[in-house]
Amino acid sequence: MVSYNRAEGTTAAPTHTSAVKEKEMKRIRILILAVLVTALALPIFAQASAPKAAGSNLTIGLVMVGPYNDRGWSQANYDGMQYVLAKVPGTKLVYIDKANSADRPGTTVSQLAESLVAQGAKLICFSSDDMMDEAVKFATAHPDIFVIMTTGDQQWKEGKAYKPMANMINIMGKMEYMKMVAGVAAAMTTKTGQIGFLGPLINDETRRLAASAYLGAKYAWVNYLKKDPAQLKFRVTWIGFWFNIPGVTADPTQVADEFFNSGCDVVISGIDTTEAVAEAAKFTAQGKQVWAIPYDYSKAMDEGKGVSLGVPYFNWGPAYAKAVKEAMNGTWKARFEWNDPDWKNINNPDTSAVGFNKGALSKAASEGVDKFVGELAKGLNLWTGPMNLQDGTVYLKSGQKATDQQIWYLPQLLQGMTGQSVSK
Amino acid sequence: MLDDRKTRILFGSGSVLVALALTTAIVAATGNNPLQAYANIIQGATGSPNVAANVLVSWVPLALATAGLLFTFTGGLWNIGIEGQITLGAIFCTWALRSLQNTALSPGAIIAVAVAAGMLGGMLWALLAGALKTFGGVNEIFGGLGLNFVATALNLWLIFGPWKRPGVASMSGTLPFEPELWMPTISVQSRLAPVPLVLAALALVTAFILLRGSHFGLRLKAVGKNPRAAYLLGIPTWQHMLLSFALCGAFAGLAGAVQVSAVYHRLIPSISSGYGYTGLMVAMLVNYSPVFAGPVALFFAALGVGSIQLPIVLKLDSSLAGVIQGFLVLFVLMGNGLRLKLLRRKRGTL
Repeated sequence: MVSYNRAEGTTAAPTHTSAVKEKEMKRIRILILAVLVTALALPIFAQASAPKAAGSNLTIGLVMVGPYNDRGWSQANYDGMQYVLAKVPGTKLVYIDKANSADRPGTTVSQLAESLVAQGAKLICFSSDDMMDEAVKFATAHPDIFVIMTTGDQQWKEGKAYKPMANMINIMGKMEYMKMVAGVAAAMTTKTGQIGFLGPLINDETRRLAASAYLGAKYAWVNYLKKDPAQLKFRVTWIGFWFNIPGVTADPTQVADEFFNSGCDVVISGIDTTEAVAEAAKFTAQGKQVWAIPYDYSKAMDEGKGVSLGVPYFNWGPAYAKAVKEAMNGTWKARFEWNDPDWKNINNPDTSAVGFNKGALSKAASEGVDKFVGELAKGLNLWTGPMNLQDGTVYLKSGQKATDQQIWYLPQLLQGMTGQSVSK
Repeated sequence: MLDDRKTRILFGSGSVLVALALTTAIVAATGNNPLQAYANIIQGATGSPNVAANVLVSWVPLALATAGLLFTFTGGLWNIGIEGQITLGAIFCTWALRSLQNTALSPGAIIAVAVAAGMLGGMLWALLAGALKTFGGVNEIFGGLGLNFVATALNLWLIFGPWKRPGVASMSGTLPFEPELWMPTISVQSRLAPVPLVLAALALVTAFILLRGSHFGLRLKAVGKNPRAAYLLGIPTWQHMLLSFALCGAFAGLAGAVQVSAVYHRLIPSISSGYGYTGLMVAMLVNYSPVFAGPVALFFAALGVGSIQLPIVLKLDSSLAGVIQGFLVLFVLMGNGLRLKLLRRKRGTL
């Protein structure tokens, strides 16, 4: 009614000439046309833009590769989302764990993610490297759902797997630093000079993390202990997956035993679960003092307090919370994150993407670890040449610092490390 | 009286009720509400067109495996090796896709060849189990079981070795094929490919026609009931056994090929997904009837897909679906056994 009256008033206004009227009509017509074109073009743009802001409520769907309480990788991700629930009001979590084809035969990870969407999830977090293909499939098929692909590099413009998707964010922490710290702890502790690295499967990520642990160990061995680098033995054995799958992977318990039986007295774990700690506790209880360094989860030392030297862990909460907030308030932007520790306090739960909890370290080892963290904070870069790959080819020339890409896509283990570089 | 239709239905439904009651008791004992659990499974299998499509995706390999097993069961053979036959189908299909993906052939032709290769792979692996039985005197249960392990080992070796991703060996399987080589689905969002659906339906129809309406089916039945008598009646016994293995293997191989080309789009370590073993259960549950194999396979597929809801909504393990399936088979077989025993006793006293 109101608008009708207004329109009538306008047409009836004696001050308006017909020319002015026509001009106004033309303007309105252009306006209508513009609105129409925009409306029609919107779906086209929608595909290339991020999903619509979720608003004040958001259900998050978390897909985990292992059990949510594995005291390792999956639990670290689960706890990260618990942090989000506590810090971001209006969030809710639905999750599915053991999302791998051995535990849930016949299912695909994207199908499992859709089950979470059916429960109201508007953001899906694929929290394992194992889910890469399925996450891409899912993100492509569901442009209206926000996707976090943890550990992935699909949104890294300078990366090798770049595939722009407006709804995807990659999140990873710079664990390389904390693996170096683990290496320092191992080198400062070992009596035999032999360190074992219990590796999962062989890929870019696991190669660079094993290499980081070696770089840290070698640094402490040479600079803190003043020993001959040739005397340090660093051996890598891969089990074939992130955790034990009986009959499919090598058994991490047996691999840990083999390390301890063959001269290694420290095993650094690179897998999602805590077998190395359990075996170290077993050997130590039988009278052979050995140690282990678990991985991923801040409380992973609980299973063997006296034998765990410390744990390099991920703190996913802050980065997840940031992405979740962006999904809610409409500022989501596809990107690749490789987050640093907070050098002021690497164990700050609100600011540090990765951390290291110290365990049963000797006084000297503990001081060594602190000193090393201090040096890293001041800018020490162990990815500095001269450095050769395992087969002897030059990786970094003298004084050359590795780029992020060189580190991320480390093609082999480093010279001085024993173990398989590339799966045969 | 114990042999009439009514009694059979009575014993059958009684067995199903016992199975359900036991499952219910187990869920209740864990402190969960059984009705809620069942409601979630139903919701998870029928709640949206998307999950219903997932049920059909899961039905295809299960129906194919079951259709194949109807032949070997009719021939009196326990083809436990079907898991390996599915795996070999997947391996042959992957091999064909890998070999042809960069050739001038059209994607449709490549997929067709790959599917045929999958059937061939499954058939050869089944014939191996059959040959071990007929010529080596190795019981097909043990031969099949052994060949399953060999198939898994071969599959893992290929994924971690010659067919690994560049520089990376991963449990996630081989590098996915280009989308042109994926069996077309009904829409971008859907996982459901119509061609495998038709193939699975055709497999069931083929099993029905061959087993119920052909001389081959009749002779195979005779071999299954009593190979010695069949032989004396002039039926080429071992040839029929081998043929039933070949047919079952071809269907199993087709299931593996579908898993590669329409579901995972790559070869993964657990590519057979247990469909072979579930198929054995379905075949036993329907008493080897080609008529009921399809619907019961659909029911089992729905249980499997629907149970994904359990860990998400109720924090219950989804293996509950397996418990229901296992109980159903167990009690239906027991019910039937009991009925036959009572029948014999009654006849004995007459």
